[in-house]
Amino acid sequence: MYEGAVQDLIDELGRLPGVGPKSAQRIAFHLMQADTADASRLAEAITQVKATVRFCQRCWNISEAEECRICRDPRRDEAVVCVVEEARDVVAIERTREYRGRYHVLGGAISPIDGVGPDELHVKELLGRLDDEPVEELILATNPNVEGEATASYLSRLVTPLGVRVTRLASGLPVGGDLDYADEVTLGRAFLGRRELGV
Amino acid sequence: MRLRRLELIDIRSYDRVVVTFGPGVTVLVGPNAQGKTNLLEAIHRAATGSSHRVSGDGPLVRAGSDHGVVRCELLGDDGRRRTLELEVGVGRRTRTKVDGQQVRRAADAVGALRVALFAPEDIAIVRGDPGERRRFLDDLLTQRRPAFGAARAEYDRALRQRNQLLKRARGLPADARAAAAATIDVWTEQLVTHGTQLIAARIAAVRALSGPVDRFYRELADRPEPVSIRYQASAGRDLGVPDVTEDPSLVPDPAPIADAFRAALAEAAEDEFARGLTLVGPHRDDLELTIGALPAKGYASHGEVWSLALALKLATVQVLAEVGDRPVVLLDDVFAELDTTRRDRLALACAGFEQVLVTAAVEADVPLEGARIEVAQADGLTRLRPREGAAGAA
Ligand SMILES: [Zn+2]
Repeated sequence: MYEGAVQDLIDELGRLPGVGPKSAQRIAFHLMQADTADASRLAEAITQVKATVRFCQRCWNISEAEECRICRDPRRDEAVVCVVEEARDVVAIERTREYRGRYHVLGGAISPIDGVGPDELHVKELLGRLDDEPVEELILATNPNVEGEATASYLSRLVTPLGVRVTRLASGLPVGGDLDYADEVTLGRAFLGRRELGV
Repeated sequence: MRLRRLELIDIRSYDRVVVTFGPGVTVLVGPNAQGKTNLLEAIHRAATGSSHRVSGDGPLVRAGSDHGVVRCELLGDDGRRRTLELEVGVGRRTRTKVDGQQVRRAADAVGALRVALFAPEDIAIVRGDPGERRRFLDDLLTQRRPAFGAARAEYDRALRQRNQLLKRARGLPADARAAAAATIDVWTEQLVTHGTQLIAARIAAVRALSGPVDRFYRELADRPEPVSIRYQASAGRDLGVPDVTEDPSLVPDPAPIADAFRAALAEAAEDEFARGLTLVGPHRDDLELTIGALPAKGYASHGEVWSLALALKLATVQVLAEVGDRPVVLLDDVFAELDTTRRDRLALACAGFEQVLVTAAVEADVPLEGARIEVAQADGLTRLRPREGAAGAA
């Protein structure tokens, strides 16, 4: 345990996702040794992000304006909407540079254990967009885990009768940070074919 | 495969011990409650990701210490050397390293060390609740292919989600129920998808075990009656796939299993809403064990129960070895439970195994040639003393 402010910083850093106690300590000591200007810039960036960033009113992606950069870009194909769980999934897919359509961020996945049903997600807003926009295809890119599959399946049942083409992003593609998990799911399915696996 | 060297630091009754094992049989001899079982428990925990005695790893740490280490040096059937290391802490997650690299989840290390453990508790596979038999199959399948563990985890997750939904909709009038369970169909679908994989894999295991179990039972039992094992699915007696096939390596067709599972869930729907619980699925399945014409549970004598439990375990050694390395066989206090004839028969079956680690209170109970290590406690700490010409300890 350290004194006052140092321990407070370590505790706060340690609450961040993916930062364990050891990393929190390392980052804290790094910051203490950094220039005052560098540390202030980090503090300012955090304050700014909380003050200025909000959610796009069309697709619920992170945005600095009423609508996000992608929704405002006229070159993006309006006819294709890719449905993801979180804004970080948008970043992951954008990084592939393969996709030219638009997005819809649900804000999670259906999970009764966590008290999350369709009403807790931006599902109504998605249906509204299907009414208002010339959407022809919906790509369901929820995570390849049980909750993501259930969510995709729920949306598919909901939307298919409306005459919109629904496709599912194949498992194993890098969606968010769940690539490792996707590998396993694929493996799990492959278990059945123990002959095919060359046993 | 072989466990060449084992190091325990602050595990159970060990403060620090290093022991090397040769191929073939090593017998750990010493009075009860001196730490023999603790050693096999540590090996089993390192291999499977769970202890056969307790849940959670905290109890593995020696009293008075805040963490302990289990370090295994392994020699694969292909001659490859690997290390498997567990760092166990009180009140925190166990860290597992394979060849010095930390794995993200304990499940990723399953398979690095393969073991088949026989312990007196194993008679529960024959006599105990269905859960014991499901665990027997699932442990085998997970060790055979770690991906099964992942599939199992997905099923458990889908089951928890579905149960939560049913619990919330329980007792509600029809219209409110429809709203509360708006996503029940997609959870049913997830349950069927993942559950079908589990059932198919378990039936595949039953098919593979069938022949070896029958053969080992005839070798061990006084009366060599035929033994049969059948998968008993809660989704229905007839899943449209046979338990026994000409080719035991044949994986069952998942399509009829999924259909039967779906139909059984539809039939149970009202009951499920009334009880707020998923009533059909691999989490409620069983394994039917029959000796001659009678179910083993309830009808078999003590000796028959033991013979069948051992036959099941011996069969797993064979089934495991079909894919990947031959497992290290661990026999924990088993010989004391058997009569002289059965001891000799078990010893005969063990002679063919790559490496066998045996614990016994009375050395004369174990009719096996091989190294001997004496196990005794002094001042509450276990000490190992190898006999001359046997495996070495420091
Ligand atoms: Zn947007």
